[in-house]
Amino acid sequence: MSAFVDGDTRVVVQGITGGEGQFHAEQMIEYGTNVVAGAVPGKGGQDVAGVPVYDTVAGAVREEDADASVVFVPPAFAADALYEALGADLDLVVAITEGVPTQDMAGVKRRLGETDTALVGPNCPGVITPGEAKLGILPGNIFSEGRVGLVSRSGTLTYQIVDSMTQRGVGQTTAVGIGGDPVIGTSFVDALDRFEADPETEVVVMCGEIGGEDEERAARHVAGSIDTPVVGFVAGRTAPPGKRMGHAGAIVSGSGAGTAASKIEALENAGVPVGDTPEAVVETVSDLL
Amino acid sequence: MKLHEYQAKEVFADAGVGVPDSRLATTADEAVAAVEAVGLPAAIKAQVHVGGRGKAGGIELVHTPDGARETAARILGMELKGYTVDRVLVEAAVEFVDELYVGVTMDRSRGRPVVMASTRGGVNIEEVAAAEPDAIAREHVDPAYGLHPYQARKAVYDAGVDRDVARDAADVLRTLYRVWDERDGSDAEINPLMVTEDREVVAADAVLNVDDDALFRQPDLAELADEAAADDLEARANQYGFDYVRLDGSVGIVGNGAGLVMTTLDLVDHYGGAPANFLDIGGGAKAERVANALDLVFADENVDSVAFNIFGGITRGDEVARGINEALSGFERVPKPVVVRLAGTNAAEGMAILNDDLVTVEETLEGAVKRAVAAAAEVGE
Repeated sequence: MSAFVDGDTRVVVQGITGGEGQFHAEQMIEYGTNVVAGAVPGKGGQDVAGVPVYDTVAGAVREEDADASVVFVPPAFAADALYEALGADLDLVVAITEGVPTQDMAGVKRRLGETDTALVGPNCPGVITPGEAKLGILPGNIFSEGRVGLVSRSGTLTYQIVDSMTQRGVGQTTAVGIGGDPVIGTSFVDALDRFEADPETEVVVMCGEIGGEDEERAARHVAGSIDTPVVGFVAGRTAPPGKRMGHAGAIVSGSGAGTAASKIEALENAGVPVGDTPEAVVETVSDLL
Repeated sequence: MKLHEYQAKEVFADAGVGVPDSRLATTADEAVAAVEAVGLPAAIKAQVHVGGRGKAGGIELVHTPDGARETAARILGMELKGYTVDRVLVEAAVEFVDELYVGVTMDRSRGRPVVMASTRGGVNIEEVAAAEPDAIAREHVDPAYGLHPYQARKAVYDAGVDRDVARDAADVLRTLYRVWDERDGSDAEINPLMVTEDREVVAADAVLNVDDDALFRQPDLAELADEAAADDLEARANQYGFDYVRLDGSVGIVGNGAGLVMTTLDLVDHYGGAPANFLDIGGGAKAERVANALDLVFADENVDSVAFNIFGGITRGDEVARGINEALSGFERVPKPVVVRLAGTNAAEGMAILNDDLVTVEETLEGAVKRAVAAAAEVGE
C-alpha cells in the first residue's frame, strides 16, 4: 500500500449519477482505479459507468466491499454525504465538492475525530498513485511512477509541478491535493506522516499557499518528526491583505496573519528549501534524488 | 460577504441585542430628519466595507440639526479607501463608561468555532490580540454541542468584565454565537459593546460577515449583497462568475486554479513586473468564458500586457486554444499584447492551433511570464 491508495482500493463514487460524478467515475476506471460501486439515494439498482449503484454507502460496503469513497455530491448535501461515508467505516473519503459551507465542515471534522477514516478535502483534486489508482479529478496522463510524494492545497499548481517533473523523468509515488478551504480533513502534517511511513517515497514536495497556519505547523512537524527530505513552495507572495484569492482559505488577514513570508520563513527555519518558482522546486527535487 | 453596520445591527437587534436608536440616511435632508427622530447628540457613520472608518473621517458626532446637515453632506459622497459613501447611519450617541469586545469566528487551525471577550473594546482588536494575547479570553466550541452557557460566562469572567454587567455581557455573547451559527457567519463581532452609566450593555458597532459558500441557504442575507462593489471591474467579474481581485500593476493575468494563478502573479513580481490582477476562470475554457476574461483584463486601463496561462487537466489544450482564437478574433485589433502558455492535456496541439497573429505563444510558464513582463515594460516606456 502506498501513502493513501493502491490498485486494490475498492472505491464507491458518491454522486455517480450526476454529470461530474459519472464523467470522473469513467475517467477513474479508465486510469485503472478499482471503482466497485456508486451510491446515490433513490438511484439504487441502476448501472452507471459499468458499476452498480446503491441507495446508501453502507449498501456499497456490504455488497461490494468498498473501502474508500470519492464524493461528487453538490455543496448543499455534501456534509450529509460525508457523515454517511464516515458512518460506513471506510478507510478513506475523498471530497471533491467545491463550496461546502465552512460551518458544515466544522461538524464533519468533529465527527471525523471519532472515526479511523481519513478524509481528504473538500474542494480538492483528490489522490493519485501513478500506475495504480486515482481517486478524484486529477489528469492521470501527466503523472508518472517514481519516488517523489506531493502534497498541495492547489490542484492546478500540483499539475504544473508534476508535469514539469514528469517531463524531466522525475516520477511520483503519490500526489494528494488537500484542498483550499479553511476547514479540511487531511492536513499537511497528516500527509507528511503518510509519506514518512511510505518506504517508496524518497522526497516530499509540499505546496502551500497564503492563509491559515497549516504550513507553519507542518514546518514544526518536519523539524521534529520527519526524516524524509521535504522541498517547499508557497503561492501568494504578492497577495494583498484582506482579499480572498480564489480559494476560500487563501486570504491574508487584515492584521497580516497567514502571509507567504511567514510560511516561507517557518519552512526555511525547519530546514525545508523553498523554491522561488515551480521550476526551482523541480530542480531542487532532482538534485535530492 | 460583508454586511454593513446597519444591516448587522438589525440582525443582532432582532435576536435581542440592545442597540442605539438609529435611522439610515442617503441625503443631508434625511440625516436632519433622522437626528430629529433619534435625538441629539448623534453619530453620523459612513456605511462602507472598510475598517478604521473613524480615523478616516467617516464617523462624526453632531450636536445640532445644522451640524447633522453639514456633516452628512460632507460624508455622503466621500471616498474611503476606494469606496464611495452613499449612505450614513444616524445613531443616538451613547454615553458610556466602559467599552467591551465580544466576537465569534472559526478557528481554522482547530476547525472549531471560538468565542472571544475582552475589556479592551473600542480599539482595533487585532492589534490587541497581537500585542497582548492574554487580554482576550477565548472559549472553543464543540460543534456537536454548540456553545454551553457556562462557556459564555467563563469567557466574560476570564476577560475581567465587571461583575455587575458580566451576566448581560455573557447573554450578548450567547446571542452573538446563536446568530453566527444560524446565519452562517464567518465573523461576528460587537466592538465596542458599550457599558452605560446605568450599567446596561449596548452594541455601538456591529460586524457580521457571512460565509459566501452558505449564501444559498441564507437568501435574505444574500439579497443584502452590496451591488456597489469597490470597483467596477470587480463588479463585472462578479457578473461573469470569476474569482477576481484587482491589483495595481500593469501585467494582466488570466489563469485557471487559485494556486496556479497566485503563482503566476508571484512570477510576474519575481521577474521584475507587477501583476494587475488575480483572475481565475476556473475549470473549462469555453470561448465565451475566455472572451469575458480577456474583456475584463483589457478593460483595466493599467494593463499593458496579458499573461494567459491555462493548465489543461480534464480540459483539453486544443479546446482552450480554439476558445482563445475565437475570443480574440472578435476584436478588431487585439488591444494589448497577449502571451499564451498552455500545458497539460493536448497542450502541443493547442499551441499549434493558436493564431500567431493574435497572440505570442510560449512553451513554459516562466517564459510566458518573462515575455509578458517585457511587453508591459515596452508599452510602459
